[in-house]
Amino acid sequence: MVRPAPARLISSSSRRQSRRIVNGIMLGLTGLATLLALIPLIWIIASVLINGAPALSVDFFTQTFAPTDVGGGGILHAIVGSGILIGLASLMAIPVGVLGAFYIANHQNTPLGLAMRFGTDVLSGLPSIVVGLFVYTIAVAGHGYTAFSGAVALAIMMLPVVLRTTEEMLKLVPRSLNEASLGLGAPVWKTSLVVLLPAALTGIVTGIMLAIARVAGETAPLLFTAQGNNVFSTDLGQPIAALPLVLFKYATDPDPVRNTQAWGISFIIVVFVLVLNIGARLLTSQRTRR
Amino acid sequence: MTQLNTPKSASATAGHNGQALAADAPLKISLDKISVYYSSFRAIADVSMPVRDKTITAIIGPSGCGKSTLLRSLNRMNDLVPNVRVEGSILLDGENLYAPDIDVVDVRRRIGMVFQRPNPFPKSIYENIAYGVRLQGRPSKTEMDSIVERSLKRAAIWDEVKDKLKQSGAALSGGQQQRLCIARAIAVEPEVILMDEPCSALDPVATLKVEDLMQELKKDFTIVIVTHNMQQAARVSDYTAMMMMRPDRAGEMIEFGETNRIFTKPSDKRTEDYVTGRFG
Repeated sequence: MVRPAPARLISSSSRRQSRRIVNGIMLGLTGLATLLALIPLIWIIASVLINGAPALSVDFFTQTFAPTDVGGGGILHAIVGSGILIGLASLMAIPVGVLGAFYIANHQNTPLGLAMRFGTDVLSGLPSIVVGLFVYTIAVAGHGYTAFSGAVALAIMMLPVVLRTTEEMLKLVPRSLNEASLGLGAPVWKTSLVVLLPAALTGIVTGIMLAIARVAGETAPLLFTAQGNNVFSTDLGQPIAALPLVLFKYATDPDPVRNTQAWGISFIIVVFVLVLNIGARLLTSQRTRR
Repeated sequence: MTQLNTPKSASATAGHNGQALAADAPLKISLDKISVYYSSFRAIADVSMPVRDKTITAIIGPSGCGKSTLLRSLNRMNDLVPNVRVEGSILLDGENLYAPDIDVVDVRRRIGMVFQRPNPFPKSIYENIAYGVRLQGRPSKTEMDSIVERSLKRAAIWDEVKDKLKQSGAALSGGQQQRLCIARAIAVEPEVILMDEPCSALDPVATLKVEDLMQELKKDFTIVIVTHNMQQAARVSDYTAMMMMRPDRAGEMIEFGETNRIFTKPSDKRTEDYVTGRFG
């Protein structure tokens, strides 16, 4: 029996040509779209760098508030204030988030576990100003603005990020490790602490970094809680300065000296957030490479 | 929660030539009408069988018949599955492991497990062994050193790793990892060791080493092994239980007896078909 001639592998040149053209067009379109998406990012970083650089000086970082007629001073009070707020918020959010994630990971199908997961997702979607108002009503009304209440507001915003990231990282730990430990007769809490936690640690740190990056530039929750302060203060019971609050004030100030300082603050915040995000990425890729 | 009573000294297995088993080897574990349900699905149906002290009992059967589920119900690892329910009783030295006030952690200390895929902790070889030991006490450094050495020797892996105890357990070959897991399991001095297809991820040479190891371990531990390798069951075990899936997808035990008899004169035709390889 004569077999039919095999189909030609090399297509006719016109078909090949049109396929090439379509391929090129699609690649071009998707590349263009990527560029468009990157433009705002590059523009922002460039503007912040260009406009903010003149404001940076040793004085900027080491001096606290001073009126513009004596030079404008620096933003030390804001840097320290943000540091205190973020530090305190982390102290509150990290233990609750990590422990909560352990609970959810170990009780995935129970009503409480599911409710916690859902609740956390809802919490992460709340507008930041609503969080600020909520903390205002429970901690500020009747007491006055305090740094502590500002930290609480930030902690509420950090919590969902820490909790969800930790939970996802715990789920990535192979179940065989869990079983190996439990099979030896280890109680669940010890298994979590000695086996699961170290295995998930890099991921948890990444989650914390991302959570900090998220709240570093938040202004709205602080408006009604920490409020801001021109005086250098580390008192938790008093209003405290913060980088985004000072930025807001200086950017809307008619004085050009203040405006330059606002750009300087933007520079600092953007660099800080970039470093955290890039660092988190590097940590993640290091882990997957291993 | 009550702790399980530590057993009085177990009487030695009768056996004049070390191979023959007296039918009155004492009962270590007794399964009585065990049924395992995942929600409403019945995975195991009314299994009753004895496990005799310091013997090797093999559970064989085609894939999916519930061998691993049955094994894992012995040390209550099935508890980790959501919506699981176990009916019947499993008596360890006369105490029901599924009594409501039993401490599961204690059960797992007395009944250890080696899994199908070696799962050493991402710690050093030394720490892999030390972890389990520390669960039950705080031995001094010299005591711990000797426990680690003894466990690795008993698992026939000491010579291969004695110079690299601080290296990661995950850096060993598959067969070595599995022997490390066996060393880890015996370091906590359980009474029973459950093995869930321990050699299925190993090459034939490593498999033989583990099988030889089992014969040695049998002197001190009661062993229950699930294997889909019939020849292994025939080589290694003293008693064999044959399981099969019923039409309603539940697993049941169709025959139990001394290994020699099961493989030469099985009573059930299905057993005979399985062990002669007519179906697998």
